[in-house]
Amino acid sequence: MKKTPESAAAGSGGNSKTHNTLVYIRQHWQLYVIFMLPAFLLTIIFRYIPMGGIAIAFTEYNPIRGIFGSEWVGFEHFHRFLSSPDFMRYLVNTLKLSVFGLLWGFPAPILLAFLLNRILSAKTKQKIQLVLYMPNFISVIVLCGIVRILLAPTGMINMMLGTSFNFMTMPSAFRTIYIASGIWQGAGWASIIYTAALSNASKELKEAAVIDGANIIQQIQAVEWPAIKDTVLIQFIMSVGNIMSVGFEKAYALQTDLNLNASEIISTYVYKKGLLDGDYGFSTAVGLFNTVINVILLVTMNSLVKKMNDGKGI
Amino acid sequence: MKPKKKSEFSKLPSGDKALLIVAYTILGLFLVAIILPIIYIIFASFIDPVTLQNSGLTFDFSKWTLTAYERVLGNAQIWVGFKNALIYSVLFTIISVVVTLLAAYPMSRADFKGRGFFNTIFVITMFFGGGLIPTYLLISNLGMLDTIWAILIPGAFSVWNMIIARTYYMGIPRDLQEAAEIDGATEMVYFFQILLPVCTPIIATISMWQFVGMWNSYFDAMIYLNSASKQPLQLVLRAILIQSQPEPGMVSDMQSTAARAQLAELLKYATIIISSLPLMIMYPFFQKYFDNGIMAGAVKG
Repeated sequence: MKKTPESAAAGSGGNSKTHNTLVYIRQHWQLYVIFMLPAFLLTIIFRYIPMGGIAIAFTEYNPIRGIFGSEWVGFEHFHRFLSSPDFMRYLVNTLKLSVFGLLWGFPAPILLAFLLNRILSAKTKQKIQLVLYMPNFISVIVLCGIVRILLAPTGMINMMLGTSFNFMTMPSAFRTIYIASGIWQGAGWASIIYTAALSNASKELKEAAVIDGANIIQQIQAVEWPAIKDTVLIQFIMSVGNIMSVGFEKAYALQTDLNLNASEIISTYVYKKGLLDGDYGFSTAVGLFNTVINVILLVTMNSLVKKMNDGKGI
Repeated sequence: MKPKKKSEFSKLPSGDKALLIVAYTILGLFLVAIILPIIYIIFASFIDPVTLQNSGLTFDFSKWTLTAYERVLGNAQIWVGFKNALIYSVLFTIISVVVTLLAAYPMSRADFKGRGFFNTIFVITMFFGGGLIPTYLLISNLGMLDTIWAILIPGAFSVWNMIIARTYYMGIPRDLQEAAEIDGATEMVYFFQILLPVCTPIIATISMWQFVGMWNSYFDAMIYLNSASKQPLQLVLRAILIQSQPEPGMVSDMQSTAARAQLAELLKYATIIISSLPLMIMYPFFQKYFDNGIMAGAVKG
């Protein structure tokens, strides 16, 4: 188990390969037993054993009878889900939430980083960053609590607009609420990585550009954008790869009985069907469907990066 | 937010000046958008519920009250939540960071035999998993339902943090390790006495992530814990803020349903302030660790 094609290939060939590996393991047993074992066991038990549990998706699972005692139904759950009118709605809700979330949410931290980069005083910049990062430390529950308070019919937003909409009950408002609150909470924190990349932009290059009389637009084009281009690309690919894994916690905390038309997404549906209704087999099938799409997206995006990035994947 | 030295600003070409003014304005608006709701909640938390509902914020201080704070702080369940959140977060951080830092060490060594195998095993779990129900049934079969272990153990090993720690280890100059090997130091001695002490920035960063992550999450506790005595803060908050069902003791002395509902609304403001205060006070002290942690991830990214 501890011998892999890679490690074996690194040896010198024949029996001595195995011998070398054994000698190495004997000499460095601590690496395996003390350093590696805890993480390895946790991974096998809590990550791989549930993968075996995916078989539940093909059964009419009965907790008392177990996987093998339950009735095998093949792809029936998948048929039921894929042919139900709800399926399209949940899939579209999930996709819209993440695609629009990406469209609005992705550029926001980049813009913030460019704006921050124009603040000349390091002290001022640090104070601004402290404010920008703060919402990241607010919990999902508190964030959604704040959102509900501000958007209540008598809340701050309605006060400012002079109206009394009940936004939380409007399906048409859900996505905007979800995405805007996401930017409110996360854009500052997400800008760190770009700010850091920008501060790595060569100072001499920038000074030279300024001496040559480059204006801000030219500085951005010639010095700053090239400095963060790779980071932007990698972040983008990673976000696209995660498009199907819309977080459960926030969507669930922003759901009300009346906005479900827009707010029911695959992960909240899996939770309700599985743990609240006890429809284990069906729920597992829906979850598996989601995971498989996600994997396909990730693999596709990763091979795209490899092509664009001279063979370096994530 | 304006440039400190006026002369520097006035030397700029006029196109740049206009651009800077636009940039500072956008940044300023974003900052206001962050601060305004928070200030609103802070003020509203002190205002008597009837006044708040009828006339909104008021600076007539005779209408201000500490009722909400007294009721929230006087409720036992909030304190149970705080206590549990602290216990879960501290223990989870310790377990998770230890397991992750240990695993990252062999993975950082080029000579480690089996590196490719372990790497594959770990990375697969970042993309593929059994999903909610199989994981839930496993936890249930292991007898971990409604125990603290369901919260602490299954997610303890973070592949992402392992990759970040590994990248950081690999950035430590090799001669440190070679010096240690010449001295005949074992893996353990090298790891604990030479490597870890120079890795404090990344250890602090990962610890902060794990602590904040556990403190702020509610999903695992919601599905695995039933007993009220085991609920972490976020679940107590969920009842008050999302479900508008505060702990009975907080509002039960009110006579009418309307008064109870009004009080339940007011309690939300104070609850938000009280529950967010600990992290809000703590996080500026961690600021110096933010950048390097993120960057360590980006190197691999």
